[in-house]
Amino acid sequence: MIAFLLKRATNAAFVMLAVALLAFVIFRFFGDPVEMMVNEQATQADRAELRERLGLNDGLITQYGRFVTHAVQGDFGISYRNQQDVMVLIKERFPATFELVLVATVISLVVGIPLGVITAVYRNSRLANALQLGSIVGVSLPSFVVGILLILGFSVTLGWLPGFGRGETVDIGWWSTGFLTPSGRAALILPSISLSTFQVTLVMRLVRAEMLETLRADYIKFARARGVPTARVQWRHALRNCLMPVITLTGMQIGNLIAFALVTETVFQWPGMGMLFIQAVTFVDIPVMAAYLMIVSFIFVALNTLVDITYAWVDPRLRDDTARTGGGNG
Amino acid sequence: MHMRQLLLATAAVAGLAGAAQAENVLKWGANRDIGSLDPYSYGDSFTINVLNHVYEGLVRYNKDLKIEPALAESWEILDDQVTWRFALRKGVTFHDGAPFTADDVVASLERVSDETSPLKGNLPAYVSSRAVDDYTVDITLNGTYPLLLNDLTNIHIFDKEWMTAHDALKPTDIGAGVEGYATYNANGTGPFSVESRQPDAKTVFVKNPNWWDTPQHNLDRIELLPVTSAATRVAALLSGEINFTNDAPVQDLPRLAAAPNVSVLEGVDLRTVMIGFPFRDKLSTGADNPFTDVKVREALYKAIDLDLIHKKVMRGKSRIAGATVAPPIPGYVPALDELPGFDPEAAKALLAEAGVPEGLSFEFSCISDGLVNEEQFCQAIASMWSRVGLAPKLDVAPRAVQSPKRTNGKTDVYILGWATLPMLDAYSPLLQIFHTKEGNAGVFNWGGWSFPELDRLIDAAGSELDLDKRLALETEALGIVKKEHIMLPLHQQPMAWAVTDEVTTMPLFPDNKPRLWFAQVAPGS
Amino acid sequence: MAEPETKMEKLAPPPQTVTHAPALPARFRRLAQLRDSDLWFSFRTHPSAVFAAALLALVALTAFLAPLITPQNPYDLASLELWNSEIPPIWNAEGQWPYLLGTDTQGRDILSAILYGSRISLIIGFASVLLALSVGLALGLVAGYFGGWIDNVIMRLGDVLLSMPFILIAILITAIAAASLPAGLKDVLAAPILIFAIAVPSWVQYARTVRASAMVEARKEYVQAARLIRVKAWRIMLHHILPNCMTPIMVAATLNFGLAILSEATLSFLGVGMPPDQPSLGTLIRIGNQYLFSGLWWIVVFPSIQLCLIVLSVNMIGDWLRDALNPKLR
Repeated sequence: MIAFLLKRATNAAFVMLAVALLAFVIFRFFGDPVEMMVNEQATQADRAELRERLGLNDGLITQYGRFVTHAVQGDFGISYRNQQDVMVLIKERFPATFELVLVATVISLVVGIPLGVITAVYRNSRLANALQLGSIVGVSLPSFVVGILLILGFSVTLGWLPGFGRGETVDIGWWSTGFLTPSGRAALILPSISLSTFQVTLVMRLVRAEMLETLRADYIKFARARGVPTARVQWRHALRNCLMPVITLTGMQIGNLIAFALVTETVFQWPGMGMLFIQAVTFVDIPVMAAYLMIVSFIFVALNTLVDITYAWVDPRLRDDTARTGGGNG
Repeated sequence: MHMRQLLLATAAVAGLAGAAQAENVLKWGANRDIGSLDPYSYGDSFTINVLNHVYEGLVRYNKDLKIEPALAESWEILDDQVTWRFALRKGVTFHDGAPFTADDVVASLERVSDETSPLKGNLPAYVSSRAVDDYTVDITLNGTYPLLLNDLTNIHIFDKEWMTAHDALKPTDIGAGVEGYATYNANGTGPFSVESRQPDAKTVFVKNPNWWDTPQHNLDRIELLPVTSAATRVAALLSGEINFTNDAPVQDLPRLAAAPNVSVLEGVDLRTVMIGFPFRDKLSTGADNPFTDVKVREALYKAIDLDLIHKKVMRGKSRIAGATVAPPIPGYVPALDELPGFDPEAAKALLAEAGVPEGLSFEFSCISDGLVNEEQFCQAIASMWSRVGLAPKLDVAPRAVQSPKRTNGKTDVYILGWATLPMLDAYSPLLQIFHTKEGNAGVFNWGGWSFPELDRLIDAAGSELDLDKRLALETEALGIVKKEHIMLPLHQQPMAWAVTDEVTTMPLFPDNKPRLWFAQVAPGS
Repeated sequence: MAEPETKMEKLAPPPQTVTHAPALPARFRRLAQLRDSDLWFSFRTHPSAVFAAALLALVALTAFLAPLITPQNPYDLASLELWNSEIPPIWNAEGQWPYLLGTDTQGRDILSAILYGSRISLIIGFASVLLALSVGLALGLVAGYFGGWIDNVIMRLGDVLLSMPFILIAILITAIAAASLPAGLKDVLAAPILIFAIAVPSWVQYARTVRASAMVEARKEYVQAARLIRVKAWRIMLHHILPNCMTPIMVAATLNFGLAILSEATLSFLGVGMPPDQPSLGTLIRIGNQYLFSGLWWIVVFPSIQLCLIVLSVNMIGDWLRDALNPKLR
């Protein structure tokens, strides 16, 4: 087990080093940092001095080493646009994205699991077929279209729910939460529905597939034969057996959701990390882009590793399986 | 120790009680965020305008855009004609309680005219300043100069002790690897102080109870909420999440005006939208540059249907312009406003005469987060030019991407909007755009042109203290600009603000600058 | 399931034995399976699959014939007439022939723009899948067949790519390309950059699938035998190993086609995709979104419907294909 843990951790570290290399290449070679920092009247001497001070004249390996050392300490430099410490900017924005992703994940489980069970249990019924079709529609709707329609319907036409921003937030230490105020909770509804559309169908399809398989398993047949009520068999025994893959999927999808939240955040003007990133992209604010890439990848890799380890802990047979696939393509 | 804790606790309770009371809040949905809390770190009108609520200058514009005393009570030009003496207002305090004195003025002027300051061009004639006593300051200029007061309206005064204590005497220099204290903290003398700031999300200003002037506003808080998407801004206004925007999209004005709880404030901005040309030898495509020929510039002007753009893209809300400055600006005369007349055939003939090859390709640079409907009128103009046989390549990108290319002279044809702020005088575009690029002059002369006769007139105007003579010189200079078609004016852009019925008073100014110290909201909103 | 016997006779290859030259049987068997009457039967009896295929065919046909059937070339700046801007759809009182679905704010005919835009979306989607497929198959085969350090390098590269969310990689590639290319090239290269950006993160999935089956096949006797008689490595890979994993690859490619179209639309919606003077569906939605509240609903609604229909039909086909090829669900 320890050997396995060590292997997984080394793997994750290697992947993060490679991501850091990519971030470093972007940071170093696209958009000359010196040109971005100096104002237009700066002389050639100013530029040379700044180049020296930023260490851009050192060997590339040295620079990469420094980049990684700084990144590990959470130092990604200063935003070209806001002139603020990038880590501070991201830290301020993280709670907004996290709360959005959390609510979207909860919605996807609460809605997706029952729908999946229904489509499996009442397989080929009219309801199940309609839900199956609905799930295909769900994965086919671009999330920005869903967002636009939700705003148009519930915010503009009906005026029931806010269509932009986070509402009032309450600060708990450095964490700002929207859960504690009515306007904060109302503001969460539309964006989290929009973000979870895809995820709901994913969970639903997974639960359906797992349930179909489980319902054919011998022990379920035995349980039925023993006279355990059908509903009890389906909802307790069979479903319990499907939950592990669902939890795995959910865990691995959180990284994807964080990334995909940038689309939702753009549509709803949600002040999270994703909007920070999109703004950084339009302003070619390279330090923010590099930092965002590294942080989201870190979350992604950490979750995947965690899921792998949990799996191996639950089921020792998987410990020497190296070909497990990572997260899907959200 | 105990006493202090008790005091803090009491203060906290008082704060809570205050929060429970109905507050007058202006929720301002802007189309973008301010760049920084340091007005000297970011040369951008909007940032300076917003920060004017926190920081003030020695003088300011009143409701009629006439200059009136602010932190200085009076002034005079000394006998040497180049030194101005300002008598400062007494009893003014900064937000942190420090008193306002002559040292603060000197330190602020030094800071803004520092080598690394992006705003040094806003105080072009400045040489040095000196505190005569606690409430008297002498400012020495590089010659006779008529427009110092206009410049000073937007030179914000910082507290010297505060800057010293926080190592902020120089404008922020991110090259040093440290963020400037003043980028995210502010301490001015203005009607509002900064309570909190979250870049791109929310900046909160609260009323300064110790403001030296009698407040005409009744606001307790201003929440500046950047909402970049125009559609979202409209939605937010309709649903009451914001109660003021200084940028209501022109295409949505009918809908906003029809909404029962929203009023629209419309006017024509002083900002003139112009097309500029490259004057270097080669275009970005490597082809020979035909735009140095005045015939080609005229042909491009005649190919544009200004009326159609006015009607369709600007929805009849703009003012078609023939002059490079708006009518209210000193220096303008109606003769400058004569229009070229839309005539594609004449345009084709002129192009042929100038030997411009059919299908000439050039870059046409526009800014996606720039002027009112810039992307749309750029597309329309590109379409009109392609109909006279040219092949413009539209390059639309955010300001941050286009600006470096423009200042480095790497664009071909480009769009520029100029409102003569903060000077409100024709001297502003003449000096900053049309003058040959040298020293403080021609900073925005991105095309790199040089007209010696024009420079001579501008220089003469810049040291002429007699108002009528100066304006005559400026008008003559504008005449050359027009005759040579150095830049092609399109229109003065519309400005549209919108408020919900929570806002009872919101004066609209032709410089499109919100002055919220004149704003009133219904109590409790 | 009843199988149409006659058709089977015609299509099925003559019976063969493994003692023949090994190249032929595998290939024929696979080809036959692709045209399997079983599959065809399944298709015919699935109304949703037939409907989706018909819809997709219609969309593709109109998109590729766009220059012949549309009243306007929306990419030709000189053909746009500002006077004709903002005309509502034809059934509206102010509608005008030939602008069936109305015009946008530049006088661009919406129907023409949708058809041209669909063409771009389909081409980018198809080309990116093709690119990812060829790169993924090639690298997967090489990795699985040769193993050793090549395998290690390729798979590690894949790990790194999968540890960054799909959308993030695509945005970074397009944003960096946009920031570093001169304006003249940006127009021309917009579509190739998008194809590349979408293909880069998606080849790994194919590579992993192929690699797994290549590793199994490479140990089998017939491959060893082929090696002994000096059949070239690429021949073995192409003719023996590849056909064995075509089923999952085909399903994945179909579903990824839908995903690629969605990704393109998302990137264009975020403003890092196709430029406004050669709009794809995502660009049209982005432009239309600005006029959501101006009463110009047709600018955003029709392109959104078209996009959803395309992705929906692709996903329905992919869904059907997966079920049809999955022996467990038969």
